[in-house]
Order: sequence, then structure tokens, then C-alpha cells
Amino acid sequence: MANSYLTSESKKLATWYFTVAATLFGAQLLFGLVAAIQYVIPGFLFEILDFSVARMLHINALVVWMVFAMFGSVYWLLPDETGIETVGIELGKLLFWIFTAAVTVVVLVYIFIQVGAADETSIWFIHEGREYIEAPRWADLGITVVALGFVANLFMTGMKGNRSGIVTVLMADMIAFAGLYLTGMFYTDNITVDQFWWWWVIHLWVEATWEVFVGSIAAYGLITMIGAHRKVVEMWLWIEVTMLFGSGILGMGHHYFWIGTPEYWWEIGALFSALEPLPLVAMFIHVLYDWGKMQGEESAKGQDVSVITNKPAFTWFVLNAFGNFLGAGIWGFFHTLPQVNLYTHGTQFTSAHGHLAFFGAYATILIGMMYIAVQGKNGIKVMNNTTSTIFATSMITGGVLGMTVALTVAGYVDVLVTRAQMGATWAGYFDGQSGAWFAQGMDWRLVMGVVTFTGFFFLIKDLLSIGKATHHVR
Amino acid sequence: MAKKSVWSDNRFWQRSAAWITGFASVLLIWLTFDTSAQISMGNDSDLKSGVTKRVPGPTVINYKITYEMDKKRQHEVPVIGEKEKFFGRDDYSEDEAAALLHLGKLGSQTKNCMNCHTLLGNGAYYAPDLTKAWLDPAWGPTGSMQSMTGKSTKEEAMAEFLQHPSQYPTHARMMPNLGITAEEAKGLVAFLKHMSSIDTNGFPRNFGKIQGAVNGK
Repeated sequence: MANSYLTSESKKLATWYFTVAATLFGAQLLFGLVAAIQYVIPGFLFEILDFSVARMLHINALVVWMVFAMFGSVYWLLPDETGIETVGIELGKLLFWIFTAAVTVVVLVYIFIQVGAADETSIWFIHEGREYIEAPRWADLGITVVALGFVANLFMTGMKGNRSGIVTVLMADMIAFAGLYLTGMFYTDNITVDQFWWWWVIHLWVEATWEVFVGSIAAYGLITMIGAHRKVVEMWLWIEVTMLFGSGILGMGHHYFWIGTPEYWWEIGALFSALEPLPLVAMFIHVLYDWGKMQGEESAKGQDVSVITNKPAFTWFVLNAFGNFLGAGIWGFFHTLPQVNLYTHGTQFTSAHGHLAFFGAYATILIGMMYIAVQGKNGIKVMNNTTSTIFATSMITGGVLGMTVALTVAGYVDVLVTRAQMGATWAGYFDGQSGAWFAQGMDWRLVMGVVTFTGFFFLIKDLLSIGKATHHVR
Repeated sequence: MAKKSVWSDNRFWQRSAAWITGFASVLLIWLTFDTSAQISMGNDSDLKSGVTKRVPGPTVINYKITYEMDKKRQHEVPVIGEKEKFFGRDDYSEDEAAALLHLGKLGSQTKNCMNCHTLLGNGAYYAPDLTKAWLDPAWGPTGSMQSMTGKSTKEEAMAEFLQHPSQYPTHARMMPNLGITAEEAKGLVAFLKHMSSIDTNGFPRNFGKIQGAVNGK
């Protein structure tokens, strides 16, 4: 870490986490591209790197890069919020290396071993075959240890230093985040029970604890990047926590419509998941309102300069505010009511929602945090965009939006032909898949995937070189 | 002068967050207890005495399963009927059936079914949903999949396909060879048959009932 302005060990560790996160983001896009090609050219890498393997790598890299970037974000903001160096930072560094080594081994096993016999050994050492949390059991235990160490550092630092509202929320949120992982680790022959608890991890992560995490990061970003008032920001944060957990926890019901669970989940799931977009609206308003307010205060002083101290990062934070609402809120609400979900559950509709929601709600703000780290590391007071920033931001955002629209069109075919018209059988499934609109949707998804992937290279180039540009205020 | 409003007080919102989160969590946990009781797996005596469980016991593989419209519930439900041979037997003991299901469920995970197919609608969308695959007419006596494998029963046809999927391509998009053994295939078919007997509140709708018209066919 030569030429670094960072004096805090916690911030140095954060940059390590961000580096691995960005690398895994690249892996996510690469394997997503393989899977997208397989939809268009089914023989591509057949029985070499099949769709199931590519897709497992695609979604696992997604989850893991986000967890890395989340850990990095917390290590980054802790010294600023608490006013002290993170307690247990040496442990944190050790856990970082363990985590990185474990992820590397898991990925290599996914690629080179792929499947195992139907026995416990495969579950322990190859993968568990459960979407998003496929990691084999040895890695599950390892991840638990790493997560506990991370939470311990956060708690010790929060209790020793100044415990701000943001840190308080993060402490409560991260312990739930780590604890929920435990509910997805056991094996059962009863697939209904299996999926019931599997959703405790997936749903209570992405529709509850991760969203609260995003609220905290957005709060930190508003204070550091546009100088928003802490009291206002933290009040909004508490309101967001109230709304997110108030709707998100019982919103879990929308995953319990069809997996063998009782019918009362229809009403509970419909009601609470329909409320889930509300906090996302609140978060959207909050970011734009604060920005307008701070800029207005500045303009009132007769100053004609931007209040934003990090243009690239703030762009990603605003994209987050909008993308979270659009991807998670609108695209989620599309198919959350049971009357609709009966036909849309498990179609390309879900996939369209998944792409825009993970991107809009999480990828955006975590990329923003990477830019904040680049700013800090290079000792920049006001960081401006470069040409690469513009290319990266517009290509990645445009690419993901394009993929979402393409998948939504394909989803309509899936829903109308396979489900509504043909009753979801094997033959009905392929009737839908061979529809012209479906095929065109998959073609466009691939094109937009390539756009996204190209944007990724601009992003990496920018993250590595923007700090050396000369048009910043130092 | 007006008093400072509670609505702009951080402590008020902090407490609200704690109370509402706590309340929602307690409700979720309470519902989890109720649901867990309802989705626990049944057993052989339930099946023999006609007790309906949302998730029947493993010996459901000894019985014929159909998917029929329930007038009162207004959607289809799995109906467990008379005895039916499964790989030539309809007298699997509780232990034998449980062992087969265990093998099949393990296999469904280690072979990574869920990253192409959907199970109970969850998974990937690259291959057909397997929730009611056992009831798919394509595997039935007059179905294209059964005749393709040259087998005379549904379970044997499915097991044959699972062991040599790329020998029986149905479309340009094929299932790859996953090294599934004969015994694992038997377990997987038992797992599929068991899954088709789970009461999924009518999902998927109209499964196998529509010989619908696409493009005028």
C-alpha cells in the first residue's frame, strides 16, 4: 500500500476488502456472461462448464463480493464514526486472509469438481446445492467464524469509541445478519422445511438486514459527501429502520405462498410485502431532499459550487436511491401479490427483478463506497469525475437496465405461455422457451450483459487511476 | 412558544424502530412455530388412516398421486389414491422409503438441480419446474418422454433419463451428464414423487391439465 494517505489500519483493511470485492464482481459478471451465452447457444461449454455451474458461480460471486464490500464499508467508516482505531484490527486482518483463502478454494472446487455423489461428503466438501448459499459445510463454518470476528470488532469498537446512531444501527443489523446465516446451514429431507429456513437467510438478508445496512451507508455518505446534518440524517435512518423491518420481516410471507406452507401466508405475505416499497420511497426522497437542501444552503450564501466532495461516489449513491426503489420496489411489487405470483413464481420475471434489485439496491452503493475509499487513500478533498467514470457508470447502469427490460419481456412469454396457457409442464416450458419474444429477450440480455461487462473494465481502470488525475481538489 | 414535537425526536424514532422490529420478529417466530407443526413430515400411519398432511411421509411412494381441483379451496391439491407400484413394489417400509427419499434429497443438492431447474418454484429458470414433474403427462404411459426411453413405467423412464440425459435430448438445450448412478436415480425419482405429493396451495396452476393451443396447434 505505497503512496497511501491512510493512517488508519481499519481503512487500510477496508481497501483490501474492496479489492477482493471488485475482483469477485468481475467473476460474477464473467460467469453471468457464460450463462447468458448458454441461453442463446445451448451447446456452449456443454458438459465442460454447464449452466448449473456457471450460474452457481454467478450468484455466489455476487453474494460474496457484496459481503466483502459490506465488511470493507464498515471497516472504512468505523474510525470516522467512532473517532478511534478499530479494536481488534489485527484479528480483522487475519480473518480477511482466511476468508479470501476459503473463497478461493470454494471457487476452484466449484469450477473443477462441480458435482459429487449423493452423500454427506459432497455436502461437506463440494457444495450444498442450495441457491445463493451453496458453499460447502466446511466453508459455512469458516464463514460463521469470520462473521463472528467481524461482528466482535464492530461491537468492541462501538462500545469503546463514540457510538453514533449509524454505528448503533450497524451493530444491531450486523449481528442479525451474521446470526441469520446459521438458519441456512442444516440439512433436512423435508424440502418444505428446507426452503422455509433457506428463506430466513435469503429474504431476511436482502429484504431486511442488507437494506438496513444500505440505509446506514447512505446516511454515512450523506454526512461525509455533502455535509448533511447528522441529527436529520440519523432521524431518517431510524425511520427507515422502522419501516424496513416493519414491512420486511413479515414480508417474508411472500416466499411462503407455494412451498408447502399454510395458506395464511398469502394474506400476511401480500400485505407486508406490498408495504416493502414504502421505505425505499422514503430512502429515495431522503437522499435527493438532503442533496437539494445542502446545495440550496450553499447557493443561498452566494456560492456557485457543488456541495458534493466526491462526484463519482455520490453519483452511485443517487443511482442507489433510484435503483433500490425501481429494482427492489417496483419490480418486486410487480409480482408480489399471490394472485399474480401464482403464475410468475419461478419465471424470468423473478430473474428480471433479481438483476435490477441486487444491482440497484446493493451493487451501486458498494461501488460508491469503493470510490470513497479511493478518495481517502489518495488524500483528495474534492474528487471529480473522469471520462472513465462516465463510461463505467453509464455502461454498467445502462447494461443492467437493458438486461432487466429484456428479461422482463422474456418473463411475459414465460408467464403467459408456459404458465397460463400450457400449465407449466415440461412441454409447456419448452413452448415458452422457444417463443420468438423469449428468444429475442435472451439475445438482448446477452448484448446488454456485454455492455455491462465492458463497463466493468472502465470501472476497474477508473478505480485504479482516478486518484492520480490532476483535476481534483487536494 | 410551541413545544418541540415528538415527531422530530431521534429517541422517539429509535424506540419505534426497536418496538416495531421486536413486534414483527415475535410475530414471525410465533408463526414459525405454527407453520413448523403444519409442515413437519407425516408418517406411514397417517397415510394408512387417511390423515392429510401438507408434507406426507416417505411411504407416499407406495401410492398413486393425482392433482385435482378442490372445490372448497378453489385450487388444485395433490390427492393420494390407491396403492401403486414403484419400481415393481408397493410395500416399501417406512425405513426403506425414508432411505430412498434421503438419498434423493441429498442427490438433488449434490447434483445441483436447483441451478437449472426450479423446485417448488425456487431455483434457476434454465430448465422445467420439477415441483409436480412426477405428474407430468410426458412421463405417463402415452407420454413422449416415456416412449423415448423405451421403458414401460414412469419411474423407470425417469431413472433412465436421469442416468443418461444427453442420450435423450428433447431440445437443443440439454441436461448434462451428472454421473448419476442407478441407485441415485431411484432415490431422485422417489424424491420427485414425494415432492409432487406436497400441498403447494395450487402451484403450479392447471399443471398438466391444459392441452393448450400455441400458434394455432
